[in-house]
Amino acid sequence: MSSRRIFARPARFAAIAPYVWMVLFFLVPFAFVLKISLSQTAIAQPPYEPVFDLTAGWEALRAAFAALSIDNFKLLGSDDIYVFAYVRSLTVAITATALLLLIGYPIAYGMARLPKRWQGVAMVLVIVPFWTSFLIRIYAWINILQHDGLLNQILLALHLVGQPVVWLSTDTAMYIGIVYSYLPFMILPLYATLAKMEPVLEEAASDLGARPWQVFWLVTFPLSLPGVGAGVLLCFIPIVGEFVIPDLLAGSNSLMIGQTLWLEFFTNKDWPVASAAAIALLVVLLVPLLLYERLQKRQLEQGR
Amino acid sequence: MAEELPGTNVAAGAAAGDAYPAAGQALLRIEGVAKSFGTFRAVDGVSLDIRAGEFFALLGPSGCGKTTLLRMLAGFEAPDEGRILLGGKDIAQALPHERPINMMFQNYALFPHLSVRDNIAFGLKRAGMARAEISARVAEMVALVKLEGLEKRKPDQLSGGQRQRVALARALARRPQLLLLDEPLAALDKKLRENTQGELMELQRRLGMTFIIVTHDQEEAMTMASRIGVMKSGKLAQVAPPRELYEAPRSRWIAEFVGDINLFDAESRLRDGHRLVVGTRDAGPLVVAEPREPVGEARFSVAIRPEKVKLSRRGPVSEAGHEAAINRLDGVVADICYLGGTTTYKIKLDTGGMLQASVVNSARIDVDAYSLSQHVVAWFTPDDCVVLPS
Repeated sequence: MSSRRIFARPARFAAIAPYVWMVLFFLVPFAFVLKISLSQTAIAQPPYEPVFDLTAGWEALRAAFAALSIDNFKLLGSDDIYVFAYVRSLTVAITATALLLLIGYPIAYGMARLPKRWQGVAMVLVIVPFWTSFLIRIYAWINILQHDGLLNQILLALHLVGQPVVWLSTDTAMYIGIVYSYLPFMILPLYATLAKMEPVLEEAASDLGARPWQVFWLVTFPLSLPGVGAGVLLCFIPIVGEFVIPDLLAGSNSLMIGQTLWLEFFTNKDWPVASAAAIALLVVLLVPLLLYERLQKRQLEQGR
Repeated sequence: MAEELPGTNVAAGAAAGDAYPAAGQALLRIEGVAKSFGTFRAVDGVSLDIRAGEFFALLGPSGCGKTTLLRMLAGFEAPDEGRILLGGKDIAQALPHERPINMMFQNYALFPHLSVRDNIAFGLKRAGMARAEISARVAEMVALVKLEGLEKRKPDQLSGGQRQRVALARALARRPQLLLLDEPLAALDKKLRENTQGELMELQRRLGMTFIIVTHDQEEAMTMASRIGVMKSGKLAQVAPPRELYEAPRSRWIAEFVGDINLFDAESRLRDGHRLVVGTRDAGPLVVAEPREPVGEARFSVAIRPEKVKLSRRGPVSEAGHEAAINRLDGVVADICYLGGTTTYKIKLDTGGMLQASVVNSARIDVDAYSLSQHVVAWFTPDDCVVLPS
């Protein structure tokens, strides 16, 4: 009992800390954005109205509340630009995440099966690119992919192509950039689950008559699902909102939602519409998150 | 699939014993098998015949190569040299899934994402059995290892003993020609282990299957196996039934590894009919029966198991005892170790050496028990001694 009293107070503080963090850095800003998304654009400082002025008195505040409307959300649904941007963002994110899983899984699996002393080295190799600025790495890709860049020089030298291929400002270039940038986020959680898995389980499967591909499908892959889920979420969610990579590497004819947001905010100075787009994006991203959580909960319940 | 090898009877009918070679025939022949890891020779030229229906134990200290040998039988390692013949067919290079051999793993290696039922059915599904047949076989296995009612549980919802049963059922489900058991009882506590030993033996007899068990526990090997192969540094040191291994060990190392033993180095010898009079520094002259293979001029030791040593206050009691007990050693009790059923006395001999004697506590109230520093006479017959080359 006495030990409980000693630990109770710090433990309670520790439990509260994440909530304080969430309120300060997520809920409060979210409330701001939500409020702006319900406002109308205006040529003013700040560039929207109504503005809540707590000093103006009760009536003014009521009027301000009454001026809020969901027109911006209606606009999002009616204007093709936004619908297309959402669809494109999801398409790009799904494709890129699938590519990342296909490329990242064998790498993570190979790492997990390395001798222990080499696993650390492999891990460092995966993380090392983070030591360079993200922007510099993307600019390096521009260099590699441009008309007389490294890739075309190699292809020409090997006589694989007759003339330089257009890489830059294509979807291919964008996918290269996304896969390159997000690969560690896919590999690391996969590696963590695969390294924890006992290789003897694969031996048991093979002892019981499973061919190598059956061993993988029936034992290795199902047991790595938590890592797959974590890796997919870690990649999918930020890719949906990705702005820099498509802006620098892809063509400008179809925009992702991140780019559309940028345009609304900085080119059109339409903060309310941009805020509404951001809120809608958040809702779109909540769906896979909730699905994942539901799945995890079901797995937990099955394990009981 | 398993069908590729002849003799696999995964999908065979009801009677388990039907398709096995007649008992006594060599089912498995290991010929000069060797395996190295880098410069370390884990298994170094092992040859061994396992008869059908046999319960064979591979016994040895950790690192002796017994697990590597077992893994080569299962197919997880390929031998560098030698052949492994199962029913006359060389399987040394066959992959694990191609062998009609199943293994029960140390710590069981149950699939954590599958239920008890699906764990047991895993191998049956891979063999392409029909659904109804699989259900019937799983039910049969569940009944065999007494797991009724737990079919839907996941491995982490089972106790250690239950997990062990699932592992056994899973390995038996395909009706392998040969079942390998890698330290199958190591994770169980003592009482459960003893019960399970009995159950395993009973099961093996009933199914008429061939079992090879790997263990470092000599009591376990002695209890369960009909023959034991003792391994040391990658080689088979001796292959014998438990009694022979214990009473007629082939070397000093085996004698010391299997059970407790008193050893006295021989310094001189003298033949006296069928007997040898051996001079030892620690225990003086000892009369021993001449070994079947004459020792010649080689160095050797005289060995005597502690339970063969009798103790008394004044030496052998009966006339017949006098006759047989040519070896009489005087000493004082230096240490007493009470073990319940037996008591082990350490006797400091007047000749300088130490002698262990194990005495059965046959009476509950033993007024004659020896106490520390008490003078005692230890005696034993020449036939109780074993001559071992050093």
